[in-house]
Amino acid sequence: MRGYIGVDVGSVSTNVVAIDDEGNVIDKVYLRTQGQPIKVVQEGLRAIAAKCSDIEIAGAGTTGSGRRLASVIVGADCVKNEITAHAVAASHVVPGVQTVLEIGGQDSKIIILRNGVVIDFAMNTVCAAGTGSFLDHQATRLNIPIEQFGDLALKAEVPVRIAGRCAVFAESDMIHKQQMGHRIEDIVCGLCEALVRNYLNNVGKGKDILPPIVFQGGVAANAGMKRAFEKALGETVIVPEHYNVMGAIGAAILAAEEVKRRGTGTLFRGFDVVDEEFEARSFECKGCPNRCEVINIIRDGDTIARWGDRCGKWEAL
Amino acid sequence: MKVTFPHMGNLYIPLRALFENLGLTVIVPPKSSKRTLTLGTRNSPEFACLPLKVNVGNFIEAFELGADAVVMAGGVGPCRFGYYGEVEREILEDLGYNFEMFIIEPPQGRFREVLHELGRLVGRVTASQVIHAVRIAWEKLSSVEALERLAAKVRARELQKGSVTKALAQALKDIDKAETLGEIRTARLDGLSTISGVPQREDYTPLRVGIVGEIYVVLEPFVNLDVERELGEMGVEVERSIYLGDWIGLHVIKDMLRFGRGSLKRVKRLASPYLQHFVGGHGIESVGHSVEYARKGFDGVVHLAPFTCMPEIVAESILPRVSKDLDIPIMSLIFDEHSADTGVVTRLEAFVDLISRRRSRLGNLGKDTGDVSYAGLYRR
Repeated sequence: MRGYIGVDVGSVSTNVVAIDDEGNVIDKVYLRTQGQPIKVVQEGLRAIAAKCSDIEIAGAGTTGSGRRLASVIVGADCVKNEITAHAVAASHVVPGVQTVLEIGGQDSKIIILRNGVVIDFAMNTVCAAGTGSFLDHQATRLNIPIEQFGDLALKAEVPVRIAGRCAVFAESDMIHKQQMGHRIEDIVCGLCEALVRNYLNNVGKGKDILPPIVFQGGVAANAGMKRAFEKALGETVIVPEHYNVMGAIGAAILAAEEVKRRGTGTLFRGFDVVDEEFEARSFECKGCPNRCEVINIIRDGDTIARWGDRCGKWEAL
Repeated sequence: MKVTFPHMGNLYIPLRALFENLGLTVIVPPKSSKRTLTLGTRNSPEFACLPLKVNVGNFIEAFELGADAVVMAGGVGPCRFGYYGEVEREILEDLGYNFEMFIIEPPQGRFREVLHELGRLVGRVTASQVIHAVRIAWEKLSSVEALERLAAKVRARELQKGSVTKALAQALKDIDKAETLGEIRTARLDGLSTISGVPQREDYTPLRVGIVGEIYVVLEPFVNLDVERELGEMGVEVERSIYLGDWIGLHVIKDMLRFGRGSLKRVKRLASPYLQHFVGGHGIESVGHSVEYARKGFDGVVHLAPFTCMPEIVAESILPRVSKDLDIPIMSLIFDEHSADTGVVTRLEAFVDLISRRRSRLGNLGKDTGDVSYAGLYRR
């Protein structure tokens, strides 16, 4: 059987999937990036390799903010931005999808599709209020495991109103409500509603949000957020089975497309990469006052990639 | 007296020529860099927008090279920039620098003040000296922009990534060095032919994107993280809505000579279904130019603004309607002191994906094949 690998290296999580020719997920891994993207990509591949012993890997794709780094490690056929990757995965899983709501660790985006084609998108520009990191932070502060956060919200009776525009204002509002004696469930639910309000007014501003609506990204695990979206939009919101690895699925589908288009075989370097020694070393170029921080990616003693320079002097090896 | 001025794209080339030909010693600040930004943000109010911070950094770095006079533009209307000259004077004085400041307000009928300020700067000069200096500076400005325009077109087709950028940099250097009108023209022609001689992909029709927004962010690649080049290297032909030659022609010369401000009027007329008032800065232009790009059949518009820029916030809230009415994708990008370009590149890539899918669909109307590939449109 043939399979395709997709790797999504995000700020908070790194996901690796293997899909078959039809785009069905063979296996998936969701790991925390924890500031060590190289190690985590290798770890993810190792876990996937265990399930793929009898599968011929015919292509690999990477996406996410660490897509470039991941691409030199795995040998990617396709390196693609996460907006396109998410859109491709969503329209694969829910054919005819018209709206994709995606909330990840540091980004939130909305993608509008018509007839399977992206016609509009937006991404949070200057503020991370309402993204996964903020929810994570609040869960820690309230001493609630993030996995239970959403279910707690569903138990609310009288959601309180929380300021949603700014994480700092939201936090001070939450502390205030908590000191006034409101129930924790009501506060958590209020927070979900505030984040949804902020999302729709900020990222979703002026967009035609039509069903089917797919909600994906790590935050889609939060049942409270799903319900808050449904309440605000008055529509059913679909959370796909593999909601938290949709970027990686998209990257794998794109890699499959690319390999077919090119017809010269995959650049995937094989699962042996999990045992290779990768090292990233940086230095400050003193060629001009920009003082670019140049990154060297070193594999088993050889420099295999370099980037970070504005002028392109170092990028060519 | 050693004169300096803030950086804004390649404006230093004509400005250096102007002041030197008026008999002044010029100190061009080092190109804006991380150090400039660090100096600027450390010494500026937090709530000011990015242009002020980079200006302050430029001035401090020029003082370090011995400058002791600053020329700065003023402004009118709701944009804060109009007052930045004064604010910068105060900041730099507080830092203990000894310098003279010359703030050139846009004329708008008050020529005496402008001439007085200019007279204070250059001292006694003959009329023919002034005419000569202005001619040289104008020739350099229009040469610089002719080269920039051509580079933005050819870059989309270059075979070797970076070759146009390299050719452009060399041509700009030659223009900067040229002293006489003849030398400038030679440098310009040489530059134009080197750029168009760069090996190019044939049988390729690039996507076309217009860049609108606040003038400083649009013109200064250090601040906009090289949006023009990024797009170009993704195979997109870029046109800026703002070229300084146009802008000076519009605001200074035509104003001075009191003949019709044709092009501004046109932009205002185009913007008028959406915005009828002057909102400061380039707010109305951003809207008007977006309409213009849509009418000219561009594939998309990218709108640039510094964080907290009021005029552009007004434009940003209007652009989604323009986009819907005229069926043209528009994306706004906001810049502050961040240097990580990943976020910007991600958005640009996705935007290019969107417009290229859109074009291939429009191009195949009626025979929608549905199998246009997202992958492999461009490499990075």
